[in-house]
Amino acid sequence: MKYNFFIYILVMAGITYLIRMLPLVLIKKQIKNQFVLSFLYYVPYAVLAVMTFPAVFYATSSVVSACVGVAIALILAYLEKSLLVISFSSCLGVFLTELIMKYM
Amino acid sequence: MKDFVKGVKDGLPICFGYVSVAFAFGIFAIGSGLSIFESLIISMTNVTSAGQLSAVPIIAGGGTLIELAVTQLVINLRYSLMSVSLSQKFGPSIRLVDRFILAFVNTDEVFGVASSKPEKLNRNYMYGLILTPYLGWSLGTLAGALAGDIFPPMVTSALGVAIYGMFIAIVLIPSKKHKSTAMCVVFAIALSCVFYYVPVLHKIPQGFSIIICAVAASLLFSVIAPIRTEDNEHEV
Repeated sequence: MKYNFFIYILVMAGITYLIRMLPLVLIKKQIKNQFVLSFLYYVPYAVLAVMTFPAVFYATSSVVSACVGVAIALILAYLEKSLLVISFSSCLGVFLTELIMKYM
Repeated sequence: MKDFVKGVKDGLPICFGYVSVAFAFGIFAIGSGLSIFESLIISMTNVTSAGQLSAVPIIAGGGTLIELAVTQLVINLRYSLMSVSLSQKFGPSIRLVDRFILAFVNTDEVFGVASSKPEKLNRNYMYGLILTPYLGWSLGTLAGALAGDIFPPMVTSALGVAIYGMFIAIVLIPSKKHKSTAMCVVFAIALSCVFYYVPVLHKIPQGFSIIICAVAASLLFSVIAPIRTEDNEHEV
């Protein structure tokens, strides 16, 4: 370490916090502009989709088990199950798939 | 109290997802030469996965403060978009001091769940929502740093999809009901795949490519399929 650990933490945590805090504290008025509202509506879905695909296929120890997990999540989400149920079932699917693959 | 409990309930799947990621982070940080205490402090003060993962080699390897600052800025800049979006969802019960506190735990997942709520967000709900993810993130890091590899690899592998399963649910349910949302999501995923699989583009730091893909898709659909104001306004 070149500097004191806490100087690193101060820089790192400080920047991360400012990025999150400034927009949340400064923007308090309701935005009326339709374009801006549309943009803000789409952003979260786009961000989450981009972070999930294709990264999810490499989040487990094999692409095959990841595909099973994704398929389970897609089906249960389509059926509008709760987040917890979807998340757990998806993990269980991956676990069982990897178990089967191990003994095949 | 009812809202707080509802928040805690919605936060639990995030917490479970975080425990495994934070656990892996703890192992990684120790392996890179940081102490248990340092690993824990990083998680407790930052609460970001990609940002922290990128910072550990810089800190452990004696990198400059500029390098650390720029990496964090680029990788975490997406949070500013999320905070702008979240600022519009806060109901009147959320005061200025609450905004300063809630900003600290505005993670991808907390934001994802919060923005999936059709109604304005209530103060107690938000505190309930961030409570267990923060604890899960901190304690998961501690456990990972302390115990090394206590989970068998098959369990950590399976838990790796927990967060993505939630993301899929958060994105798919509105996409089912709203065609433009579905098209925007598909377009964003296509862009994301291009950035991932095209070798030159893959070199762009992940934080940057997330921003580029998401902003491009959102801008395009705001132009070709604007959301009518009445779709966007909900009762408090």
